[in-house]
Amino acid sequence: MSGVPISAYLTLALVLFCIGLYGALTKRNTVIVLISIELMLNAVNINLVAFSKYGMIPSITGQVFALFTIAVAAAEAAVGLAILIALYRNRKTVNIDEMDTMKN
Amino acid sequence: MENAWIIPLFPLLSFLFLLLFGRRLKENSAYIGMVLTLASLVYSLVVLFERFNHPTYKAEVTWLTIGDVQLTAGFEVNQLNALMLVIVSLVSFLVHTYSKGYMHGDGRFHIFYAYLGLFTFAMLGLVVSPNLLQTYIFWELVGAGSFLLIGFYFYKEEAKAAAKKAFIMTRIGDVGLLIGMILLFWQVGSFEYDAIFQAVDEGAISAGMITLTAILIFVGAVGKSGQFPLHTWLPDAMEGPTPVSALIHAATMVAAGVYLVAALFPLFAASEAALMTIAIIGAFTAILAASIGLVQKDIKRVLAYSTVSQLGYMMLALGSAGYVAGVFHLMTHAFFKALLFLAAGSVIHAVHTQNIEEMGGLWKKLKLTAPLFLIGTLAISGVPLFSGFFSKDEILISTWVHGNTFLFWLAVIAAFFTAFYMFRLFFMVFTGDARSKQKEVHESPSVMTFPMIVLGILAIVAGYVNTPWFGTFLGDWLVADNEALGHGHIEGPAWIMIVATVVSLLGIYLAWLIYGKKSIQRDWLTVRMPLTYNVLYNKYYIDEFYQLTVVKATKGLTAILSFIETFIVEGLVKLVAGIVHGLGIIGSKIQNGQVQAYGTVAFVGLAVLIVIFALTGGYLK
Repeated sequence: MSGVPISAYLTLALVLFCIGLYGALTKRNTVIVLISIELMLNAVNINLVAFSKYGMIPSITGQVFALFTIAVAAAEAAVGLAILIALYRNRKTVNIDEMDTMKN
Repeated sequence: MENAWIIPLFPLLSFLFLLLFGRRLKENSAYIGMVLTLASLVYSLVVLFERFNHPTYKAEVTWLTIGDVQLTAGFEVNQLNALMLVIVSLVSFLVHTYSKGYMHGDGRFHIFYAYLGLFTFAMLGLVVSPNLLQTYIFWELVGAGSFLLIGFYFYKEEAKAAAKKAFIMTRIGDVGLLIGMILLFWQVGSFEYDAIFQAVDEGAISAGMITLTAILIFVGAVGKSGQFPLHTWLPDAMEGPTPVSALIHAATMVAAGVYLVAALFPLFAASEAALMTIAIIGAFTAILAASIGLVQKDIKRVLAYSTVSQLGYMMLALGSAGYVAGVFHLMTHAFFKALLFLAAGSVIHAVHTQNIEEMGGLWKKLKLTAPLFLIGTLAISGVPLFSGFFSKDEILISTWVHGNTFLFWLAVIAAFFTAFYMFRLFFMVFTGDARSKQKEVHESPSVMTFPMIVLGILAIVAGYVNTPWFGTFLGDWLVADNEALGHGHIEGPAWIMIVATVVSLLGIYLAWLIYGKKSIQRDWLTVRMPLTYNVLYNKYYIDEFYQLTVVKATKGLTAILSFIETFIVEGLVKLVAGIVHGLGIIGSKIQNGQVQAYGTVAFVGLAVLIVIFALTGGYLK
């Protein structure tokens, strides 16, 4: 375990976050966008856990935070999907380009 | 007298009430107007009689405080005001009564009465004002009331044009009044009449400034009282209903200019140049209007020109330091001219035309109107024993004694003209053959003849309050305890009275020769001197002259200004608006509702910030 340096965790988190960001900003299917957001959240979780172990002052707080994030992310996914289903029923589409009622 | 402020409020109440409920009351509106103006009249009479035994009463409240200056509002009952109150409320009441018959059947009957109430309120308010500012407010209100009433038949193009003309031409005069007022305020620091007179008395204002302000204020009076060169609106104002002509354009509003000069008389008296200006304008107007009146064919227009001419007389009197003569003539003129207009209205009511060529032989058909019209005609012509004789005599004496010999003879000639054209009118309307197309001619109802009878009696007896034979009560009372106003009676040579009588009788005789006995051909002037006739008939082409000069010049200026307005000012405004609009379009393009676009922008912005942060070193610096 000790052979893996913190930079590896951080690089993994960075890569994961970038993939998530790319997906969130470019995919047209709203479900994919939501999944991408999950990826970004998990990248943050990796960071939190990594710092709780290898940070300047290691403490359990980081892991507690990660658990909170997972819980909140689960709730967010539930709400997000519920909204998405309601939208789909009304608009018959999951294409994010067409969800522009806030235009102008 | 302490409650004199309530007098103007009765007609205001009538105005407001009829505005709210007139539609429901229909022709019963007349009773509201009559009762409330009668209340004004009764109270005015009470105030007048109280004023005989009591000193001037004045009450004021502070209206505005600006810095150290306090503007006040209030009312004052001095001799002139008390007299004017009675004249205005009396004529107004009689016209209210008369209109009930004259306007019968008009669809906007109640509106007519509402307007009458508004006008009467403004006029009564004007005559009790103790300061220039308040006077000015009511002055404009009076103008507005006049505008509404002239344009009462607004569906007639002429009436519309006449209303606009009256309003604009009096406004030209009002500009002078306003400037004069502001100059006086600048010099004296107060709008109060008393403060102004005191400053004039103490010599606090330079002589040049007195002359300037006096003449500027006189310009306002010129506009309102139809003096040359702003007289052309008054004859056109005859497009209004005839009772309105009697009330506004004969007896009250047009007398407001004379009233203003009389109210500010101590100011005018302090400047010989200002008095001279007034006298010259007055005399010139008197003879100019009288000469136009000689050949007009519309019964109301003849009376309108005689009004202009008589107002010129009043101005001549005031300009000749004849304060009493001017005010006296104002009073008698109000009665006999209102009588003449009401009688003319009665004639028009009977024959449905205003053209005197189409009348004639009405003496036997209008048994009441005709003698009453004759009384008015005799009074205005200055036939002895009628009211106009005494007041006109006073004016001639004042002019002579003041030393304006030339103006005196002008006034005598104007008196000759007056007698001639008034009797020309009388003979053409009431004697000779009936030329009317109207077969059935009926006398007016009693509601119309009653006011005429009252005015007829007044036209005969009003002169006796101030005669050289039985005592000059009015004159002595008017100038009591105020030396600035001059003497109650001016002694003049006795031959003036004889000259005036002879001249007016000559005018009547000539009119009888031409139009009564027909021993001189009627077209004598037309054939011998067609040029003179045309000039007179077309009112010296003054309207055409204004059309060519002032109106054209104004229109040219307007064109230039509207060019600047459309292309330069509006161009600038449009440019600014366009820039903002363009920015808005770009802004709304960015706000496209695409959540991913927003995310991208936010992320790119963050990235840029971080890059800047990294390059500059951020906080670490």
